[in-house]
Amino acid sequence: MAANYNAEPILKVEHMSQHFKINSAFTVKAVDDVSFEIYPGETYGLVGESGSGKTTIGRGIIRLYDPTGGKITFKGADITGRLNRETSQLLRTKMQMIFQDPMASLNPRKKIGDIIGEGLDIHHMYRTKEERKEHIDGILKKVGLAVEHYDRYPYQFSGGQRQRVGIARALIMNPELIIADECISALDVSIQAQVVNLMKDIQEETGTAYLFIAHDLSMVKYISDRIGVLHLGKMLETGTTDEIFSRPLHPYTKSLLSAIPSPNPRVEKARTAVEYDYETSGIDYGKGSLTLVEGTHYVHGTAEEVRKWTSESAG
Amino acid sequence: MSKERTSAVPAAPAYVPTDADFAFDTTIDITTDRNYASQGFWKGVFMRFFKSVRAVIGLVIIGIIIILALIGPHMNSYGYSDIQSVTDPETGKEVTARSMPPHVPWLHKLTTGESYDDPFAEETFLFGTDSMGRDLWTRVWYGARVSLLIAFVTIFIDMIIGMSFGLISGFFGGVADAVMQRFVEVANSIPRLVIVGVLATFMPKGIVLVIVALLLTEWIGMSKIARAEMLKIKGQEYIMASRTLGAGNWRIIFIDILPNTIGPIITQMMFSIPTAIFTEAFLSFVGVGIMLPQCSVGSLIEDGFNNITTLPYQIVPPILVLAFLMLAFNFVGDGLREALAPRIEDM
Repeated sequence: MAANYNAEPILKVEHMSQHFKINSAFTVKAVDDVSFEIYPGETYGLVGESGSGKTTIGRGIIRLYDPTGGKITFKGADITGRLNRETSQLLRTKMQMIFQDPMASLNPRKKIGDIIGEGLDIHHMYRTKEERKEHIDGILKKVGLAVEHYDRYPYQFSGGQRQRVGIARALIMNPELIIADECISALDVSIQAQVVNLMKDIQEETGTAYLFIAHDLSMVKYISDRIGVLHLGKMLETGTTDEIFSRPLHPYTKSLLSAIPSPNPRVEKARTAVEYDYETSGIDYGKGSLTLVEGTHYVHGTAEEVRKWTSESAG
Repeated sequence: MSKERTSAVPAAPAYVPTDADFAFDTTIDITTDRNYASQGFWKGVFMRFFKSVRAVIGLVIIGIIIILALIGPHMNSYGYSDIQSVTDPETGKEVTARSMPPHVPWLHKLTTGESYDDPFAEETFLFGTDSMGRDLWTRVWYGARVSLLIAFVTIFIDMIIGMSFGLISGFFGGVADAVMQRFVEVANSIPRLVIVGVLATFMPKGIVLVIVALLLTEWIGMSKIARAEMLKIKGQEYIMASRTLGAGNWRIIFIDILPNTIGPIITQMMFSIPTAIFTEAFLSFVGVGIMLPQCSVGSLIEDGFNNITTLPYQIVPPILVLAFLMLAFNFVGDGLREALAPRIEDM
């Protein structure tokens, strides 16, 4: 199922900010005034360097943190502030998360079957034990694990297998949005491909949307329909994968894209990484705003900066 | 420079990844896997526990001590507080069996070929008698009951009060944690003897007083261990995963986190049992614990210690019971920890 852009966005993040107060004099603005939308069945890639706020956004959306500002709407329901029973139920079933470290995201004292079935147990989503087992077995097969794995412990699995368990745990709730928080970063490159393809297959089958958080740009390019570029807690540029990769406007995006190594040695040899340093770039993130360039392509900057960048890229 | 090179060889276009680059190998059937037979959790715990020789030895020792504590005092006709005495037929005087070494008629006959020529020729005192003339065998097993009771009460206190207090304090953090920790500090700063002294003013002396004193202070060590474990585990990703699935606090604390803390908690428990048994012995010694003529292993050791140079056999049985009890609890604790916490190196 392809992304459906005519439908209402499944997730709407408006002016979200997440500040962590360290002490009375100092507050870390991990995420500052970030807005984006995710449509049903699409994959939205969130990229940026370490500490740019990608993970914080993901955790804020799924309410592991309480966002300090802005509004998040999921399937028409406001999921900021205090959650009532129905919203909480909606959020905890229809939005799921795949975690970064497959070694740390599975409870070492629980069997795989119970890890995957935890959501079912919490929300009482089965009538009989057999029904539960059947459901879990089905998911195990779907993610490429064996039914026999039901009774094993996480330490008996390899990293790739564990990440499949993590995916299965999210999938069993039939989520409509899965937040994949650097879910392939901790895996071997060959396993990354397996897992990403598994995620793609699942998306085709179930039509779930992904918020794909990563710093590996080639992987983001491969899986994402649209991309948001994040730096120092600000959304700098967003648009379809094509728009971002063929016509990056913001100097930070350009710098990010120029850092992707090419498998072709001749191209790689000619590649020069563009340096970008916020301090010396003369750009002030506080002044600009997200401006529409064309289609769905937005870039963050003052009117003058945006004009300059667009003319540069056109010329 | 690169331009010159590319002119020599035709320029290759930049590689564009396609779906065909990454594909599942469907020729291998990965859906069957027979390396590990599946087994239930408690069955696994059982198997691992009984595979450990030390754990089984510990369990057997505890079992023997429990059985002897139950039936030992009834294996002869002496009561724990009865002073054994006979009337000497020649002089007509009352003779008490004071401070007799182990006294087993058939064994004496077997080794020396003669019968005892004392007034208690037909009586059996396997461990001898104490300086008052009471049978030590009866008193040791009677006393072991008290120590076992203290051990199980301690387990209860540690598990129910200490663990819950520590887990809850660590989990909620912030103001709740601060208040609970100040409470612990206050409770911990009052010497146990002072608490006992205060209690003794309005409670009758005896085993109940000892248990109440333990209830008030014995859980503190456990609560600290449990809190530390909670702080370590609550930030783990798998706890976040439970949260994103909508698990409530209760479920996270007692179902997701508790099993992961079981190792240190059981170790701590096994450490606190000897402490508690010694506390009982100490309180009996200062006169607020077990009151004479009742006895515990602790008070018997105190008695025996007074006569250790002249009557060393008096201290040996209670010390051995205590030592074996400690050792057995430690063995069982170790075995339990390993059985409950399967890791790759234990398999």
